[in-house]
Parts: sequence; structure tokens; C-alpha cells
Amino acid sequence: MTILEMFSYSFIQRALLAGTLIGVLCAVLGVFLVLRRLSLIGDGLAHITFGSVALALFAGLQGAAMLLVSLPVVLLASLGILKLTGKARLGGDAAIGIVSSVGVSLGVLLAVLGRGYGVDLFSYLFGSILAISQAELLVAGGLFVTVLALLWLYYNDLVALTFNEELAAVSGIRVRFLNGLLAALTALTVVLAMKLVGVMLISALLILPASAALQVARGFRMTVILSVLFSLLSVVGGIVLSFLLNLPSGATIILLAFVIFCAGYLFRQVAAAGRQENR
Amino acid sequence: MQELIRVEQLTCRHGAVEALSGISFSVAAGDYLGIVGPNGSGKSTLVRVLLGLMPSYQGRISLFGQSRENFTAWQRLGYLPQNLGPLNPAFPATVFEVVQLGLLAGKGLPRRLCRQERQQVQELLELLGIEHLQRRMIGELSGGQQQRVMLARALVNNPELLVMDEPTAALDPEIRDRFYELVARMNKSKGTTVLLVTHDTGTIGQYASRMLYLDKKLLFFGSFDEFCHSPEMAAFFGEHSQHLICHRH
Repeated sequence: MTILEMFSYSFIQRALLAGTLIGVLCAVLGVFLVLRRLSLIGDGLAHITFGSVALALFAGLQGAAMLLVSLPVVLLASLGILKLTGKARLGGDAAIGIVSSVGVSLGVLLAVLGRGYGVDLFSYLFGSILAISQAELLVAGGLFVTVLALLWLYYNDLVALTFNEELAAVSGIRVRFLNGLLAALTALTVVLAMKLVGVMLISALLILPASAALQVARGFRMTVILSVLFSLLSVVGGIVLSFLLNLPSGATIILLAFVIFCAGYLFRQVAAAGRQENR
Repeated sequence: MQELIRVEQLTCRHGAVEALSGISFSVAAGDYLGIVGPNGSGKSTLVRVLLGLMPSYQGRISLFGQSRENFTAWQRLGYLPQNLGPLNPAFPATVFEVVQLGLLAGKGLPRRLCRQERQQVQELLELLGIEHLQRRMIGELSGGQQQRVMLARALVNNPELLVMDEPTAALDPEIRDRFYELVARMNKSKGTTVLLVTHDTGTIGQYASRMLYLDKKLLFFGSFDEFCHSPEMAAFFGEHSQHLICHRH
């Protein structure tokens, strides 16, 4: 089969379209999360997503309808992490640890109680982008527009907040609101991304393209643009490779993102050595 | 003269420890107020409370005639902190991007700088002698260069009130003098009100029109001349030290 033939399949078209939408969101959000040292919030929310998927399956929901359970649960969890960090005298890592372990425990408990959907739950653990439905694609499109519009609206404030929280506050930026918004947007993106790479690998899609961009970019805008490019390269390349070589798509996408990160790291080392020689 | 800052009976605590007790003073437009005091005297705490970075306090604070809780006109104010604090050295912004944040942050809808604003940033970078650094990454600069970038960020909005907390700790003496002369010029020519926190009483003596001496309580607040002729301050510092502070050169 040629690559052109591959693109004629409607399930591949849906997978590529959904992957592109999710890849762009993860790339942009990832830059803010990595720089604010909040990368693991994606991991914590992914574990909660696992619990919410188990809950949805337990309630007899399938496909896009499962988002009716996952979205509010994960949104609430994201705000819960912020509340725990602020009010319970906990560090962000401890708050994420608490929320994520509750999510996994809930998932395991419901998986045992509602025997018979173990295979479905497994597909959410490691992703099944090639099985994405028309309805799920539509929901992904709606959420993509919402998240991207909010990111666009608050872009300058998010950059200022990421640079220095105190200076941002004295510039009149509503720091608590923006922190809540960032957590909520991450929650929406994590729920979307679970079908692409699976609960286990979502945080990698938030971290790797942004980290690769940080190796080579010179300027904030360029970092965001490169992060998006690297993410799309990983997602589209990963989907194509996984289809052609019959590999699991989620793992292929993440390993490709890791290869790009390594290339970025090497580029940075070579460029630094070159600058040193020129001095 | 318009009152930009009014503080009445301000008291605040760090846990069980009282950091400031019963502080009252006011700052009028055009003043250059130097806040001095020994280490741990509450100078930085006072600034942080004024700017809303420490939300919990007793007493009353108003900024530009509005109570601090309801104050929203933050673009009238520029802030230069003691250091960049937890700035991530890998933060991927150029010097130009950091300075332009002073114009873009907190302004609602995202927008790019217009030609006039870009020119404004450019001129400020030239004034501070850092125009050649504008494409460099902020994390690659020395502490002194970073501090000048942060001053540019604080000034780019043409603030009516400039609040600085130990701003020259990372600067070498020559740059430090140029820095203070620039701020003094802005105070005189543009009427920018300056609030400078430092433990360097010599610097204050050279530039400030008013002095506030703090050691958890307000020990002195008045004009520079009043400070120099105050028998209480002479007793507190010793006459020789008071003379050194007041001898402006």
C-alpha cells in the first residue's frame, strides 16, 4: 500500500485531523506548563481521566457520550489541584499526587466492579486514534476552537504570568483567574488527547514538543511556533508510521517526539560549541 | 499636589511576627521618597503590601485616591523588584520581548505593538544603553544587564509612579550611578514619582527629596532637610553618620 492510498481511508483522515487539532493544543499549552514547571499537572489529570473513563463505562456510556462524564470530572479535578495547592498548605507536586492516585484508584475499583469492559478501558490507557469516530471528531473540533480562542485571548497575559508571577500581578493581571484558566484548558486538552495517545502518554505530548522547541528557539513566539511544528511532525509522522508498520499509534507518536527532542538537544549543544569557538 | 499613596495605621504580620506596626505616611505626585532601614526592618514588606503582593494587612492604603482593594489602574505604576526572583534561566524571551511585555501585559485583548510603540521601546533601550542586547535571550545576560532590562520594562509604560526595591544590588558602581541619574532625571523632567527602597543611605541622600526611616515602626518621615536637622536622627545615627548622609556628594 502506498502512502497516498493510505490517505484515502476515511478513518485515517479522521485520525490525522483529530491528531492535528490535539497536537496544536498540547504544543501551545505545553510551552506554558513546562516553563511554569507545571508539566506534571497533565500527568495527574490524565490519571483522573482514567478514573472518569471507567466511571463513564460503568454508567453504560460509549464513544463521544463518555465526554459528558470525563469533561466535568477532569475540570473539577484541575480546580481541585489548585485549591489543594493554595489552601491545604501543600506543594503542587503533592496536590497532583493526591488527585492522580484518587483517579487511578477510582478507575481500578470501577473496572473490577463493572466486569466486561476491561478491553475498552485498556484502549483508553494507550490510545486508539485510528478508531476515532465522526462524533468524537466533532467534539474535538469544538473543544479545539474553544481552547485556542481562550489561549489567543489571554496570550500576552499568560506570557507575562509565565515570565514572573509578581510582576504580572503588579501589571494588573488577574493571576488566580489565569492560573485557574490554564488548569482548566489543560484539563480539556487532556480529555481530548486520551484518545490520541492514551492516558499513560498524554503528559509526554504536553512536555516533549515544548521541551524540544525550548532547545532551539530564540524568542517566545518562535518557541510556540516550533513547539506546534514539532508536535504536528510527531503526531502526523506517528500516525503514518504506526499504520504502515502496524505499530501502536500512541507509543509511536511519543517515541517520534522523543527523537525530535534528542535532535533539538544535539542542535543546541552543537550551536553552543560553535558560539564558544567564535568568541 | 495630588496624593499618589496614602498609608494609615498599617500593621502586618509574617505569621506570628509583627513585620510592620502602625505605619502612616503619604506620597505626593513628583516626590522622590527614599525608604531606608536596617536589614529585616520591613522595607520590602511595606512595598509588597502597597503593591498588593501581600494581601493580608490591617489599616488603610490608597493608591491614586482609590483604596488598594479596588485599585485597577496598574498601568500608571512601574515596579522594579529587588531581583528577578524565580526567573527560569531557560525562559525563551528576547530582551525586546521582555520589555514589550510592560506595554502588553494586563491590557486585555492580545495585540502587537504599533510602530510608535516599537519606537518607544527602541528609544528606551538606547537610553539605558542596552539596544545592542535587544535580540539576546534574557537568560543569557549578566545580573546587571538583566536588571537594566527590568528597569526598561518598568519604564516603558511611562509610569506616573515608579516603585523600586533595592534595584542596584546587581549593578557595578558606574552603571549604578548612571541608573540613579536616569531615575533622578525622570523625576525632575517628567515629574515621575519615585519610591526607592534601599539600605544605602548615601544614595538616598544624593537623590531623594523625602526620607522614610523604618525599623518595623516608622522612626522618621519628612523632607531630606528635616532629616538632616533632626536631633532625634542625629541621636539615632550619631552626628557623624548623619553628616555623611546629608553631605550629598
